[in-house]
Amino acid sequence: MTYILVLEQILNGLQLGVMLFLMAAGLTLVFGVMGLINLAHGSLYMVGAFAAAAVAGWTGSFLLALIASLAAAAAAGALMELVVIRRLYRRDHLDQVLATFALILIFSEGTRWLFGSFPLFLDVPSYLSGPVSLPGGIEYPLYRLTIILIGLGIAAGLFLLIARTRIGIQIRAGEADREMIAALGVDISKLYTLVFALGAALAGLAGALVGAIQSVQVGMGEPVLILAFVVIVIGGIGSIKGALAGALLVGMTDTLGGVFLPQLFALFLDPASAASAGASLASMLIYILMAAILLVRPSGLYGGSA
Amino acid sequence: MMLTRESLLNWAMIAALLLVPLAAWSLDEPFIITLATKAAILALAGVGLNIALGLGGLISLGHAAFFGIGGYAMGILAAHAQNYEPLFDWPFLFEGSNQMPLIWLVAVVFSALAALVIGALSLRTSGVYFIMITLAFGQMLYYFAISWSAYGGEDGLSIWVRNEFPGLNTLDPIQFFAIAYVILCLALVFAARLARSPFGLALAAARQNEDRVQAVGLTPFTLRLTAFVISGAITGLAGALFADLNRFVSPTMLSWHTSGEIMIFVILGGVGRLYGPVAGAALYIILEHLLGGISDYWQIFLGVLLLLIVLFARGGLIGALAGREKAHG
Repeated sequence: MTYILVLEQILNGLQLGVMLFLMAAGLTLVFGVMGLINLAHGSLYMVGAFAAAAVAGWTGSFLLALIASLAAAAAAGALMELVVIRRLYRRDHLDQVLATFALILIFSEGTRWLFGSFPLFLDVPSYLSGPVSLPGGIEYPLYRLTIILIGLGIAAGLFLLIARTRIGIQIRAGEADREMIAALGVDISKLYTLVFALGAALAGLAGALVGAIQSVQVGMGEPVLILAFVVIVIGGIGSIKGALAGALLVGMTDTLGGVFLPQLFALFLDPASAASAGASLASMLIYILMAAILLVRPSGLYGGSA
Repeated sequence: MMLTRESLLNWAMIAALLLVPLAAWSLDEPFIITLATKAAILALAGVGLNIALGLGGLISLGHAAFFGIGGYAMGILAAHAQNYEPLFDWPFLFEGSNQMPLIWLVAVVFSALAALVIGALSLRTSGVYFIMITLAFGQMLYYFAISWSAYGGEDGLSIWVRNEFPGLNTLDPIQFFAIAYVILCLALVFAARLARSPFGLALAAARQNEDRVQAVGLTPFTLRLTAFVISGAITGLAGALFADLNRFVSPTMLSWHTSGEIMIFVILGGVGRLYGPVAGAALYIILEHLLGGISDYWQIFLGVLLLLIVLFARGGLIGALAGREKAHG
């Protein structure tokens, strides 16, 4: 086990972490501002990936594909908000869970109907493929490095948007007191649609970026959605800072656990049972992490009252 | 007992669930009997969830965990019995079992234990945290089952012959239906008595006003945890029966879609209605059968229907047929 392998895995963990952040940011914003739990966020991730795969297929341009993923997911998100979601803000969480679960069924089966059950493939463009040499003698795929940089860039942009802009002030005010900012003349329903579409666009972009590494298929959003839930539970619901911390923590734990636990078990077990025991425990590791954090802080790392 | 429209409807439903398979039996239509058995078992899972959801107000999106644990209890015991491989030989030799009563006992005990652990952790939080955490723990078991290669991993575990029940031939569809139906009826009676018991009243009160329940000296946490364990145990029993119906168990039983579906049974029927899960599961099976025959994409219609019920008809099927007079809370 060399230090290069360790560094590579840390970068992989970082890459998973920033992708989870793109998902978790939208979820936690929507919950923080509108008080809504949205299970269909994973469908927006899928919409982004399919839009990117379709546009890349037509035009051959990866950049256009990424733009299409942002646009399609934002449009799908805005439509979802206008038709269904805005009727749910005043409802209890049970209604929100059910209605957004119904949306998943509609989106998943609708996508299957349009594109079929076979996975699509989105190719990494030639100018982003191949390895790149990093200081310290590490060869790392350029595309994954690009994902990390895009993710960190968006995280920085999002913090600036929320901390420094007028929209950001309105979002934070909406979290604190929605009646008051409505009384101050902010069009709250327009703000809600905007926040929802923003979260959707980030999820769609994440779907397109990850779609080029994995395959683009129906249901691809759901494992990511559940990881994103773990992320925001760990970070504290409603907190963007918590989402970033939680995403990096979950990304690292999941990646490093998957690689190193089997090796750790191999120190005192025979190879076959070490591999299976290590894989079993690694698959549960982030949930154990979540349980441990909840025991100490029931409302997450950066959460207020639950 | 006063016969309200709802209790008339309940009697009609439970009678229909008995008469349809009996008619199918006399017409020699085993497929219909199997559908009715599936409806009865899924209704049982819903009755379990309804104790946490309807009575306790606990929105658990992780009940697939208990359903799946029940399924794997069946799968593991029966697999060892059919392969003659001892499950363990200390402190006594145990070769697995193909006897339903023992399988049910194991399923109930292990799903109750899982519910105790998951509930004790999840109930430290409330609201949207609770939903996400139960979902996450359910997924944890799902991924564990996928990576657990000793019992089939992702492919699941098949059983060649359905397990046995003393005195009955469980391979005969109508006899297996009878088992599922009797258990469903017992669970409904139990749930009804539980709702009217001091415990059930305290639990419903904790849902409505936590502070007042605390003020009279009860602990909402303990009430909810007890309800969660009972709920998980009943859903686990349903899981064991469901696995026996299919003679197959796989991680799909543990996936969060299963949790969502069990919740759909409760909601289609009507939340907090004692017989809601029966109406919901029956409606779900009928829709699956009818719409699934028309289109492979029938879940789009299910999604639209569910959306319409949530947005516009919150009482569910029973609410639409029996009006707004609610059974409890």
